Amino acid sequence: MEILIAIVIAVLTGTGLYLMLRSRTFPVVMGLTLLTYAVNLFLFAMGRIQYNAPPVINMSDTYSDPLPQALVLTAIVIGFAMTAFVVVLALRARADLGNDHVDGKDSVEDVKEANR
Amino acid sequence: MALLLIVFLPILMAWLPRTTERLGRNFSLVITLLAPLIAVAIALSYLPAVLRGEIHEVSFPWVPSLGLNFEFRVDPLSLMFALLILCIGILVVWYGRFYLSKKDSIGKLYSLLLMFMTAMLGIVLSNNVLLLFVFWELTSITSFLLIGYWQHNSDARKGARMALAVTGGGGLALLAGLIMLAHMAGSYTLTDIFAAHEAIIAHSLYPVMLILVLIGAFTKSAQFPFHFWLPHAMAAPTPVSAYLHSATMVKAGIFLLARLHPAIAGTDMWVLVVTSIGLITMTFAAVMAMFKHDLKGLLAYSTVSHLGLITMLFGISTELAVLAGIFHILNHAAFKASLFMAAGIVDHETGTRDLRVLRGMYKYMPLTAVLSVLAAAAMAGVPFFNGFLSKEMMLTAVLDIPAFGAFAWIVPVVASIAALFSVYYSTRFAHNTFFAGEAKKTPTFPPHAPSKLMVAPIMLMVTLCVGVGLFAQPLVGAYINAAGTTVLGYAQEPYSIYIWHGFNLPLLMSAIALIGGVALYTRKEQLLNWYKKRKPFNELYMFEGGVTQFMGWTTRFTNGLENGSLQRYIAFIVALMVLMLLQALMQLSSLTGSVSLTPVDTVAAVAIVVLIVAAFGTVAIHHHRFGALLILSVVGLMVSILFARFSAPDLAMTQLSVEVVTIVLLMLALYFLPQDTPNESSKRRVWRDVSIAGFAGIAVGAVAYAILTRPVQPISDYFLANSKPEGGGYNVVNVILVDFRGFDTFGEIVVLAIAGIGIATLLRNLYLPLPLTDNQGRAWDKVPHPPLLSMMARMLLPLALMVSAYIFLRGHNAPGGGFIAGLITSIALILQYVASGVSYVRERFQFNYPNWLAIGVLIAGLTGIGSWYFDHPFLTSTFEYLTWPVVGTFEVSSALPFDLGVFLTVVATTLLILAYIGKLTTTARVDD
Repeated sequence: MEILIAIVIAVLTGTGLYLMLRSRTFPVVMGLTLLTYAVNLFLFAMGRIQYNAPPVINMSDTYSDPLPQALVLTAIVIGFAMTAFVVVLALRARADLGNDHVDGKDSVEDVKEANR
Repeated sequence: MALLLIVFLPILMAWLPRTTERLGRNFSLVITLLAPLIAVAIALSYLPAVLRGEIHEVSFPWVPSLGLNFEFRVDPLSLMFALLILCIGILVVWYGRFYLSKKDSIGKLYSLLLMFMTAMLGIVLSNNVLLLFVFWELTSITSFLLIGYWQHNSDARKGARMALAVTGGGGLALLAGLIMLAHMAGSYTLTDIFAAHEAIIAHSLYPVMLILVLIGAFTKSAQFPFHFWLPHAMAAPTPVSAYLHSATMVKAGIFLLARLHPAIAGTDMWVLVVTSIGLITMTFAAVMAMFKHDLKGLLAYSTVSHLGLITMLFGISTELAVLAGIFHILNHAAFKASLFMAAGIVDHETGTRDLRVLRGMYKYMPLTAVLSVLAAAAMAGVPFFNGFLSKEMMLTAVLDIPAFGAFAWIVPVVASIAALFSVYYSTRFAHNTFFAGEAKKTPTFPPHAPSKLMVAPIMLMVTLCVGVGLFAQPLVGAYINAAGTTVLGYAQEPYSIYIWHGFNLPLLMSAIALIGGVALYTRKEQLLNWYKKRKPFNELYMFEGGVTQFMGWTTRFTNGLENGSLQRYIAFIVALMVLMLLQALMQLSSLTGSVSLTPVDTVAAVAIVVLIVAAFGTVAIHHHRFGALLILSVVGLMVSILFARFSAPDLAMTQLSVEVVTIVLLMLALYFLPQDTPNESSKRRVWRDVSIAGFAGIAVGAVAYAILTRPVQPISDYFLANSKPEGGGYNVVNVILVDFRGFDTFGEIVVLAIAGIGIATLLRNLYLPLPLTDNQGRAWDKVPHPPLLSMMARMLLPLALMVSAYIFLRGHNAPGGGFIAGLITSIALILQYVASGVSYVRERFQFNYPNWLAIGVLIAGLTGIGSWYFDHPFLTSTFEYLTWPVVGTFEVSSALPFDLGVFLTVVATTLLILAYIGKLTTTARVDD
């Protein structure tokens, strides 16, 4: 199972980063979301993997590590707030700059503009 | 305690002159003199004990963990410097009263001088090298302010900046050197460092340490090749030059050499480096002084030259050389301060300091002229003046230096030549200014004689020059011997200073220098003509040019690296991260650790396969944004299934609800953004990004695998064991959140709140064009809110709220809690927005989300503060069991209101974000 988990983290990191390297805001936001999954899974996995062992007293015989779970729980919620912040930033940039390029300049349009 | 007063009295009284300035200049003078006069009295009270050979030390803790303490010591060396600083300070303050014109602020000058005084006294009295460094830097800063006193003058500003850059830079080297020194000695206290002399010079890093310390000392004392800042610091008012650049600050470097002499001298390296630098500086600066037409410029270079002389003497480090060095410090302070003040008087009365203009001033200011001639004679080393005595000692000391081996003859020859030059410029200073024919027209003409009171300090010091020149042994002999012992670190043969030592080589060298110097002066026209033909050379422009060029390089470098492309920055950051991860992975002998693998679970395996396909799918069709978003939501769902499968029910519930909110958010955003991403990345860019992302993914996965297959020692046993007895809850994750690590959670909801407020601010006055059609040109449906959906949503709302309340209440003992309940409530409310529209919700719910956000954080915070009331630390929780009829026994925990705060914050933030963005789709605005 560990191999699969590592592969999942690798795939999420790789796809997330690839999208984050794109030049338009929306793919970057999607990439950020994927990377958030990767980070959360990574942090969670640091507590190791156990089946049927929720960290609720008397619910099972063994308990998985509750600490990474508590950390990841808040991380998920804050991750949402941060994603929302980036999204709104992207909207603001779109409104103020007139395009959705991360650098604030529409390369295709700008080149055309310059040649005109 | 009295010792502390000497150091801190000046700075404690530094505010007085500045604030009482309007009471008149004489009042300023009196109030300023108060501190140094008291300090001199205290310092003198130590004199008898110091002459008996006692060393007085005090110590008060400051930052003991760093080894930084208020440790001071009074020994012959430090007392000598302290008295020098205070006495010359008093004279300079006095002189400044008459020098400064009415339009300059005397209070500012005095306040700065007092601060500077404390800094200097701190250096010389410190018994702790770190403390010494603190004061050392303080002198750099205060001298910067003093040099730039006339801040309207660009030369003054540039000169001040250069002085700060050079001495400050040297200060950094010094800090490194002192820390190394302290590590070699095992203590920051000077007394211990002196005791560790053998260990220090035997240490393998001794050469590095020595060079660093010497850079500090040489920059401060303007030694070659760091000499160039001092002449440009002459843009300061003359009292400042007389004080800082003759008697005190530039002597700080010399002081450091003397202070650390017993600890770090005594090696061939010390002798060779320090002596050579001193010799070069002395000669080079003497040559420079010969050709200066500015009185102060001449004095500045002669100061550099004399500092070089003293440096050289401490470098030679024989008993005689050290005594000569100490003696010359005193002598130089006396005659150079007099000369500076005389130059200031000439400047003050004639309006110029240019030696090409100044002639025959004797006629107008005979007293100043006589005093200047006497002081210049002392500087030239004419017999019966104090300068002669120390020069004789110097010429004796340079005769045979074993460390130079076969080249030992160079030192006395060069030293004699430098002495000759010194005679030349001294003669020029005195003769050219006051005699040399009839006075030419000067800016202020005819010059009038300066006030007697202004000349008084010069008179005092020239008297000292002559007095010491005639009666050196009875006046200062004992003291110099005592100081010599301190610098040498052992009791030397007592040395007596006499004028007449019989006919010997030093006397011959001295005579050659005197006669040669005067002879050279008679041919000065040819000399100056020769100099004029040379290419002009100004260190200030070189330095400024160098700074500008360096700024140009750094700007180009920065611009090359940071071209404004965020894409590029992310690529750099990720690439660096990959490199660091690879570096960490390289150190592993095998990727797989010792822990056996967990068996593969079918559900999890299927989820993982779906997840991987969906993740790649998102990337593959990311140009079609809506489709990519839908596939992205599959990834989130699979992640929550994984959490559920791997025994994290709380996480699964959180992830699931966040997933819903996120996708709604992204869909809303997509409404305002282009529906498709243009294909604009070049092939090369795509491959570059694929490889960066691929490497990063593989590296992170490898690290995860390597960690997962290695044993772990969780710190969670405490939480598991104490969750019920201490926190009163069965759900350990929730108890950690609201109790054990409640403070973290509090911080996290504050972050949420800040994000919410930030978003609300960003959305203010935001006007985005509303698309009239979708990307394929079809108009939106006439019925934006289908009745079926809105009816269903309305029916679901009370149910959802009830589920949310249940999840909230049970959170302490079963999966749930404030975060999850908050998200469920948010989803239920957002569904109303989606299904029935913004205006529908607005008519029914009048929530002000920012207010609720604040209330949530406040409730959580107040719950935490509540525990102070019971004398417990912030956020200590408690619980109680209550038995009610019908309901039965249940638990009441103080963590519950905290969780309520969390709940409210989550709901308010989520709704604030979504409702505000949602509002943009209508004609209603956020700021309405």
